[in-house]
Amino acid sequence: MPMPDSYLDYPARRYGMDHDRYDWSDMFARAPIRWPEDARVALSILTHVQHFPLNMPAKPFKAPGALSMPYPDFRYFTNRDYGNRLGVFRILKLLAEKGLTTSFAINGCIAQRYPAVIDAVVAGGHELVAHGLDMGRVHHSGLSEAEETGLIADTLRLLRDASGQPVTGWLSPGRAQGFHTPDRLAQQGVEWCLDWANDDLPYEMRTDHGPLLAMPLAYETDDRVVAMEYFHSEPDWVQQVKDRFDVLWRESADHGGRVMSLPLHSWVSGMPYRVEYLREVLDYMLARDGVWAAPAGTIARAFRAQG
Amino acid sequence: MRADLGLYDYLPWPGRPKITWPGGKKLAVWIAPNIEFYEYDPPDNPTRTPWGRPNPDVLQYSHRDYGNRAGWQRMMAAMDRAGFRGSVSLNVALCDHHPEIIRACADRGWEFFSHGIYNTRYVYNMTADQEREIIRDAFDTVRKHTGQELAGWLSPALSNNLWTMDLLAEAGIRYTCDMFHDDQPMPVKVASGKLISMPYSLEMNDVIVYNSQKVTPRHYAEIIRRQFDQLYKDSDDSGMVMCIPLHPYLVGQPHRIDAFAEAIRYIARHDGVWQATGREIAEAYHASGAYDAMSAAAKGGR
Repeated sequence: MPMPDSYLDYPARRYGMDHDRYDWSDMFARAPIRWPEDARVALSILTHVQHFPLNMPAKPFKAPGALSMPYPDFRYFTNRDYGNRLGVFRILKLLAEKGLTTSFAINGCIAQRYPAVIDAVVAGGHELVAHGLDMGRVHHSGLSEAEETGLIADTLRLLRDASGQPVTGWLSPGRAQGFHTPDRLAQQGVEWCLDWANDDLPYEMRTDHGPLLAMPLAYETDDRVVAMEYFHSEPDWVQQVKDRFDVLWRESADHGGRVMSLPLHSWVSGMPYRVEYLREVLDYMLARDGVWAAPAGTIARAFRAQG
Repeated sequence: MRADLGLYDYLPWPGRPKITWPGGKKLAVWIAPNIEFYEYDPPDNPTRTPWGRPNPDVLQYSHRDYGNRAGWQRMMAAMDRAGFRGSVSLNVALCDHHPEIIRACADRGWEFFSHGIYNTRYVYNMTADQEREIIRDAFDTVRKHTGQELAGWLSPALSNNLWTMDLLAEAGIRYTCDMFHDDQPMPVKVASGKLISMPYSLEMNDVIVYNSQKVTPRHYAEIIRRQFDQLYKDSDDSGMVMCIPLHPYLVGQPHRIDAFAEAIRYIARHDGVWQATGREIAEAYHASGAYDAMSAAAKGGR
């Protein structure tokens, strides 16, 4: 069956991106960013707190980390739930020891299922980021406007009510979006989003309801990706995070401030045998001059304040 | 379906005609950065789906886009420091999208070869005439933006048809990177012209190493050094070729660039290394008579 000649048409072949969501920009050619306290690197630590429903649908795709055994999957349901019972508290304890205030990306349903997690995150001075309703509810173009708008509204309401925080940051389950997700997020008061993996600095996206700031979130040094997709050892994860930090810190001398993001999962780094590797990573970065650790929303506001 | 590609003759390593590189160098080393554009909303091809999730797959799309916003600068700086010019495996539509990147490469004397229009458009299910149109577009676009006449080809996302090599040779392409059967350039059996298969490498390719083999960045540097050491030794008797194919969205990540940069500096420190481009290797292969000698040896092969 030969391809129709229309396969050789390229309607979006033009200068810049092949969509209107944001403009292309060379990260090394931009005006330098200055962080508060004259910091060279803004350190953005973000812990995922997730609920994987036992009956999560396989279509149109499963978010990474999804249950993968035949129903009923006792194995992974309980392994992931470990993060909500112990792992998140182990990470909170370490962050408190280091005096860090950070971000927690939390599924909306956690507010109903495990209010103690929300209370502990808020009491620790951390920021809540909306992480979708649960890990079975992925965002994609097949959702109707009513369905997707409802998912966003439910998530924001649950987290805002439980925390008393404004909750203006968003991370989609599996970092998956449909064509209109950014429009619908902005419509409901979301100001910044962590889904896109194309930069080490924030940049503005356009939506039908005003700007949405894309915030950096490392993809390949994410603890889950390194452990569960690459099968690298914990010392290898530590090495990669240190190497990433070193390069960003070095670049800041010539090119202005950078964002070093550290994505963690309560059910990955919160494991007893892993948490001391997290301590090693934190100690390494915090020992360096010019590191400003802050919640992602604080970094977003500092970026926007520079106009 | 055929049981053999039928594109080259078997020619065992022992007893081959000797290859001599310019300046008496032992080993030609070339670096092939794949500078690519993956579309946000590509059309479907019945043989292969571009993205793992329904369009738009914003995580994977933005991961690729990282290469064109940030990664290429780190990759280029590492190559500059080691004295390597790139032979760019180019999705030629990138000339239209990001001419700034093309100019930075051209200013350094880098070569451009074609890697199709987009990495999300495959030649599967195409007629020969449709595929000719892709080749014509690539020649025209690269000529218009760089003044260069295409010499090399790597099919988009390694998608091929059995007649692809005939069409490339007919259009004047000098070397293809689509086959991985040798560490020396070899003649390809085509209907017209003189096409050679240039050693490229799956296993030195950062996308295979990082994404498929799941190796760590520092182990990738170790792999590169070991591959180089062995080929350098093997080239005592007859010149060989080492290729390092790269993707700025992968090797240009902050946690990967330093280990890679050190590996290519290590290579560049060796006197017998010829830091070449694909086009230069192809030209030297013809000029030294290696093409004719290999063709004759292969025809007389067992």
